[in-house]
Amino acid sequence: MAKAARSPLSDALWRRPNLLLVLLVTPPLLWLGIVYLGSLFALLAQSFFSIDEFSGLINYEFTLKTYGELLRASNFDILLRTIAMASAVTIGAAIVAFPIAYYAARYARGRWKAVFYLGVMLPLWSSYLVKVYSWKLILAKEGILNWLFETLHLAWVLEAYLAIPAIGGNSLSVSWTGTFLVFLYVWLPFMILPIQASLERVPPSMLEASGDLGARPGQTLRHVILPLALPGIIAGSIFTFSLTMGDYIIPQIVGTSARMIGQAVYQFQGTAGNIPLAAAFAVVPIVVMGIYLTLAKRAGAFNAL
Amino acid sequence: MTSAISFSGVSRHFGDVRAVDGVDLEIAPGEFFALLGPSGSGKTTCLRLIAGFEQPTHGSISIFGAEATRTPPYRRPVNTVFQDYALFPHLNVRDNVAYGLMVRGDAKSARRAAADDALALVALDGFGDRKPAALSGGQRQRVALARALVMQPKVLLLDEPLGALDLKLREQMQGELKLLQRQLGIAFVFVTHDQGEALSMADRVAVFNDGRIQQVGSPEDVYDRPETPFVADFVGASNVLPAQLVHRLTGKDAPASLRPEAIQIGDGPLSGKVSTQAFLGSATRIEIESEGITLKVLLPKGRSVPEIGETVSLGWGADALHIMDGRNG
Repeated sequence: MAKAARSPLSDALWRRPNLLLVLLVTPPLLWLGIVYLGSLFALLAQSFFSIDEFSGLINYEFTLKTYGELLRASNFDILLRTIAMASAVTIGAAIVAFPIAYYAARYARGRWKAVFYLGVMLPLWSSYLVKVYSWKLILAKEGILNWLFETLHLAWVLEAYLAIPAIGGNSLSVSWTGTFLVFLYVWLPFMILPIQASLERVPPSMLEASGDLGARPGQTLRHVILPLALPGIIAGSIFTFSLTMGDYIIPQIVGTSARMIGQAVYQFQGTAGNIPLAAAFAVVPIVVMGIYLTLAKRAGAFNAL
Repeated sequence: MTSAISFSGVSRHFGDVRAVDGVDLEIAPGEFFALLGPSGSGKTTCLRLIAGFEQPTHGSISIFGAEATRTPPYRRPVNTVFQDYALFPHLNVRDNVAYGLMVRGDAKSARRAAADDALALVALDGFGDRKPAALSGGQRQRVALARALVMQPKVLLLDEPLGALDLKLREQMQGELKLLQRQLGIAFVFVTHDQGEALSMADRVAVFNDGRIQQVGSPEDVYDRPETPFVADFVGASNVLPAQLVHRLTGKDAPASLRPEAIQIGDGPLSGKVSTQAFLGSATRIEIESEGITLKVLLPKGRSVPEIGETVSLGWGADALHIMDGRNG
């Protein structure tokens, strides 16, 4: 009979599997519970305080006054603008990501699958700031996109587009369209990967069954592929939506001077020293995401899970 | 009479692999037809060619006389029961069954009624509101069956329909499928690697190997009168005697098949040494090394069983040796 090396620790853990579980789960729970949720609640608590407008000191008494501030026209515009941008980026990302994810899940095999993962992830390896600044160069008046339109004698198309109020501007790099394009680019991997994962789980026989029962390819897309990809689309949209709502660097570098939530939080807690209002702004994305997920669940988006 | 399915010189190549290689096949309306063969023999690809999931590299396919070689699956009057059932996980059982009617544009009340009728046909009344995930394997298969049958196909295709079921359920479903086929009077074409299943259920069997049809015939034909050594060996594990041995025994120069249960121990033209012994319950199977080949012998219960290492003589009845000279069948 072979003699195993003595290892009392392994033996003890083998006899008491629950002990191992406790040892494994405690550190992450402490992290999640104290560092993560704790700081979140500290932030939320701040939003129920107010600032004394004359002294600039924080008044530590419970009040909803700061939330009332959010409804002031200048602040409320920031909320609407940010939610509109986050929605546009999410919809745009879903439309661009779906065919890429579909190709990767259904057709790419072996080396092409590796190429797909590399292609999707590669942009994530370089610095976020570098990417945003290079987009500024691409979109600038002297940039490569302008040059391309001029070379193709289509400069008038770009000009006509930029003349459209709200989404246009002096050049793409100082327009909402520019902000949208950069958001779309930066968050796209976060939409592609969950959709690809959800499509990966759809067996080919399910699509064949749909066709076998008389569904044309478009009907199969609508009645089988999209419902089964929906959990992935929702997962991706959680990323794109919340990342867009919280970002303050992209709208700072590319786009108009009008602010988004992230910039407002940055300014109110920094230069303005108004932590309660900054906290109230920060609560908005959380509430919006909560409402969004509740609606998605009620609409049956997670039925295929 | 027009064939339900007609293959003429159909091949399907995947790169260098000839999954289906020059197949000619006629399946009559209303017959229960089995595509039998080992895995990779081309039987499943043939079924997929009928359904339209694959297009032939060469040759042509017609369904009830209508050219269908390049017809997409959603325009073919055939429906499939998939091996993994392929039920839609996001729809309940009734919506799964009514799926084909829904994409066709039937009214909601009509498709609900038709779906409930189809569920009753497969003895699943009252399961309409459940999700497929809440059903057992056997129930899922019935749903898959109802979903195909509600379309009133002219031909029903079944891909290894009983493969995932346990033995008892499998035997029960064999009987039910056979009954259902007689009731509906449409052609059932099913793929299987289980020769017992093919022989017990089908009116006719096509035996596949390496992308080609080895033999088409009634279960009695392929079992008693195999045309090739492959069929003899695959359908019921017959012994194949090489041509020179057959020449010595009978004077005919062709391989022959000899069924394990047709061999008697005692007196006969061959002798050999028992090498293995396996008790199977109702019979005992022994293997005998003789003339450079291994002969399988099935001894029914009650017959005396020789010991391993014992030398015995082997004989058989007058018509037990089936010469495969390509002139029968």
